[in-house]
Amino acid sequence: MTRISVPESQGGAGFGVYVHWPFCASKCPYCDFNSHVRQAPVDEARFVAAFRRELAHMAALSGPREVGSVFFGGGTPSLMRPETVGAILDAIAGLWTMAPGAEVTLEANPTSVEAGRFRGYRAAGVNRVSLGVQALNDADLRRLGRLHSAAEALEAVAIARSIFERFSFDLIYARPHQTHADWAAELETAIGHAVEHLSLYQLTIEPGTWFERLCAAGKLTIPEPDAARALYDTTQEVCARHGLPAYEVSNHARPGAESRHNLVYWRYGDYAGVGPGAHSRLTSGAKRLGLSTERVPEDWLRRVEAGGHGVVDEEAILPEMQADEFLVMGLRLTEGIDPARYAAIAGRPLDPARIGDLVQHGMVETLADGRIRVTPGGFPVLDAVVADLAA
Amino acid sequence: MVSHNGVKAALVHRERGEARGRARRPDLRDTAPLDAILNACYAPRMAQETIPNIRNFSIVAHIDHGKSTLADRLIQITGGLSAREMTEQVLDSMDIEKERGITIKAQTVRLDYTAKDGKQYILNLMDTPGHVDFAYEVSRSLAACEGSLLVVDASQGVEAQTLANVYQALDANHEIVPVLNKVDLPAAEPERIKAQIEEVIGLDASDAVAISAKTGLNIEAVLEAIVTRLPAPKGDRKAPLKALLVDSWYDAYLGVVVLVRIVDGELKKGTTIHMMGAGATYTVERIGVFKPKMTNVDVLGPGEVGFITASIKEVADTAVGDTITEDRRRCDGPLPGFKPVQPVVFCGLFPVDAADFEDLRAAMGKLRLNDASFSFEMESSAALGFGFRCGFLGLLHLEIIQERLTREFNLDLISTAPSVVYRLLLRDGTLKELHNPADMPDVMKIETIEEPWIRATILTPDEYLGAVLKLCQDRRGMQIDLGYVGSRAKVVYDLPLNEVVFDFYDRLKSVSKGYASFDYAITDYREGDLVKMSILVNAEPVDALSMLVHRTRAEARGRAMCEKLKDLIPQHLFVIPIQAAIGGKIIARETVRALRKDVTAKCYGGDVTRKRKLLEKQKEGKKKMRQFGKVEIPQEAFIAALKMDD
Repeated sequence: MTRISVPESQGGAGFGVYVHWPFCASKCPYCDFNSHVRQAPVDEARFVAAFRRELAHMAALSGPREVGSVFFGGGTPSLMRPETVGAILDAIAGLWTMAPGAEVTLEANPTSVEAGRFRGYRAAGVNRVSLGVQALNDADLRRLGRLHSAAEALEAVAIARSIFERFSFDLIYARPHQTHADWAAELETAIGHAVEHLSLYQLTIEPGTWFERLCAAGKLTIPEPDAARALYDTTQEVCARHGLPAYEVSNHARPGAESRHNLVYWRYGDYAGVGPGAHSRLTSGAKRLGLSTERVPEDWLRRVEAGGHGVVDEEAILPEMQADEFLVMGLRLTEGIDPARYAAIAGRPLDPARIGDLVQHGMVETLADGRIRVTPGGFPVLDAVVADLAA
Repeated sequence: MVSHNGVKAALVHRERGEARGRARRPDLRDTAPLDAILNACYAPRMAQETIPNIRNFSIVAHIDHGKSTLADRLIQITGGLSAREMTEQVLDSMDIEKERGITIKAQTVRLDYTAKDGKQYILNLMDTPGHVDFAYEVSRSLAACEGSLLVVDASQGVEAQTLANVYQALDANHEIVPVLNKVDLPAAEPERIKAQIEEVIGLDASDAVAISAKTGLNIEAVLEAIVTRLPAPKGDRKAPLKALLVDSWYDAYLGVVVLVRIVDGELKKGTTIHMMGAGATYTVERIGVFKPKMTNVDVLGPGEVGFITASIKEVADTAVGDTITEDRRRCDGPLPGFKPVQPVVFCGLFPVDAADFEDLRAAMGKLRLNDASFSFEMESSAALGFGFRCGFLGLLHLEIIQERLTREFNLDLISTAPSVVYRLLLRDGTLKELHNPADMPDVMKIETIEEPWIRATILTPDEYLGAVLKLCQDRRGMQIDLGYVGSRAKVVYDLPLNEVVFDFYDRLKSVSKGYASFDYAITDYREGDLVKMSILVNAEPVDALSMLVHRTRAEARGRAMCEKLKDLIPQHLFVIPIQAAIGGKIIARETVRALRKDVTAKCYGGDVTRKRKLLEKQKEGKKKMRQFGKVEIPQEAFIAALKMDD
């Protein structure tokens, strides 16, 4: 099927497709994502049919686009059968044009069972995996509710390296009982596994999680701001020393190895999200649509089967809101933002006085090409910087 | 036992003496109880008759000891309201009153009760405000009664507030019936608490009525005690009308409603009345009693409590404590103890959003309709724009008004440092009253500054005496008297009012674990070495926080302000110095550290909406802050900065 690709909208930020697989073998105590544990086997064929229908609905809204990236996230997409992944990728390729060399990422848990399916995913079209390693020490892994050991995780990393062109893994730091020295050493070990991309998340207590309850009961403490800052600074320093500079607040890569799909989000490009609880941003005519779908998997299925999609929330995002979203996302990148694009979205330029203040306080800098970016000193307090700039 | 009780109470009363100066306004120290007034006025004519079927009483209790529950129970048992109509705590009708457990406006309810002697009685329950800010209003409510129920929690025992109120009731020559509440609870120790009442207050508690207001246990005994142990009112039905204006408020349907206690004569619909203090004349349109629903009656006679309406436009036209008489047949003289309202504490209230100025003016006008003790006039401030200079009875009154403006009218406000009224003698010989530190003239032009002083009487258990004396001493107090009342120490101090308006009451409660009681009256103006202290945030002066302080206290106050502000001003992206200064001299300094860590770790495609909404909230929050130079100060900081613990 031939489709004509329209000129890229949204400042050339690209177009990606996100597929949400909402099931996990168990719920991790820190996680507030839309994930569900089911005892009965999941009817994957039924899900494939529903994904096809919802993808078609999104394609109708987006119009013809070139897909630069696909991302299977969750939940735990590595619980899907490779055939399911393949069928969904076929559906995407049938609805839009796949860009040559499009990035296709699948999130995987680093257990031996799941590593056994890696070849199947590769055959289905996945070319990048993102492994949820989270920690390289067994006691911490247990505390984080993970079902794998550190050795098993490193085994999975080795298998991934041998099968996929690209891979990444996640680590959580500022864990309970973790010392500054522990983390620095663990990070060195992680980088030693020949990685080109790492997502390093400082532990955050999310509302509604088990960790939040522990925290409220005083059984779990997260570091004070000074200690949290020191951990963050060490993370930057160790990664930079090994040629893995941050390209986003929590993401590090060798230059060129960045996650293209996630760059679409941070560059505030268009993306179609399908599956339970997935979000989309789509340019449709003169409008920028924000969509989100039903979160409960079974309800989402019924909605899609009845109406062709699971969208429960659809709004045309006003220019002022788009401008805020652009700042929130764009300033997370070390490449910064183009103020001209901000002006085009908001209908007014950023306040030069506010920029001036932030420059004076060493929080942002203006580059030779006119782009504005947050400085290394500004990133640890990015939320406050964005609030100051947006106010 | 009744007489024994009475003798002992009178004894305590005498012991406490005339010098106590309980009420806050100067001439209130001579406020005479109604009995004394009546005796003075009518004893020679001997026309006084006892009105045997009426009892007027109030309930004295500490918060949570069950005053409202008992009141509800009394209303229920005498049939004032059906069970369905009973909502919790009928008497406290304002949200703020319910939340804080305090009564701001006096309320009343008439109970019809057939006693065991077979006779019908009218029992008027007067609910009274319970805070020193409203001491005058309390004194008027108590003056309208002959007796009080002293309700004490049978496990908690006597508390400071109980004492402050019971002494006021004794001042009003009330007969007092102790009531032990919550005797059904396992922790109840009625015998111990009885002993405590006898020891601490000096009341005979052997006949205390043991009840449970919650379960309804023994409520009949309370009603019987009211009938048999409290005195009946006296009055002369044939004499010219003489009535006490107990309280007034604005009703959306009826206009101003006036609560009255008839002393002599009769009040009927159509009577043309004359307010002796206000000098105004009105025709009574409606007359009635609260049962607790408003019920019209034809006439109110001596000893009775009820309401009237008379096309009075504003509550400000009525003055609590005023004497109401008949216009064409006036009584010989007003009841003693009347005092027009005089604000004691001033502060500026400014809208956070300048666009709300007119709404603020309208809201203040509405509140004033119902609260004549609150006054306001327009002012402007360099930092805060247009707002109002407002006068209050005290700090609680200030907080209540501020809270009502915020809550009922949805206004975001900034309040400036509370100030007393200073008298300035300028070098050119002119006198100036200063309500606002911002208006302070150049120091070079000032000859002297005088500030108001109060005489404070504090009763405290012995164990806290040291701490109480230290507090008074620290606040530039001058000891006048130190003695004992029963087992409690009585401390009399002269204090500058400006040392009291900030947080004296809170501090006193804190150092005495809540056991000390406190009352004061303004006495005179005295010269003081007062200086204007400015607060600078990030080198910008914040005029709303500037204040006049005594030179010897400036450093301590400045340090305390800076420390407090350090915690109240949120961290910014840069270091913020906070300084206190007198003229150009910095006397204290603190620093708000720069923000160290504030970044969302995970933010992907599914998080955008949530993050944007968070940002919108943050922007809303910033709008509620005041920008001083590059620093945003939350509005709470302005009032919180002034509640200092030193």
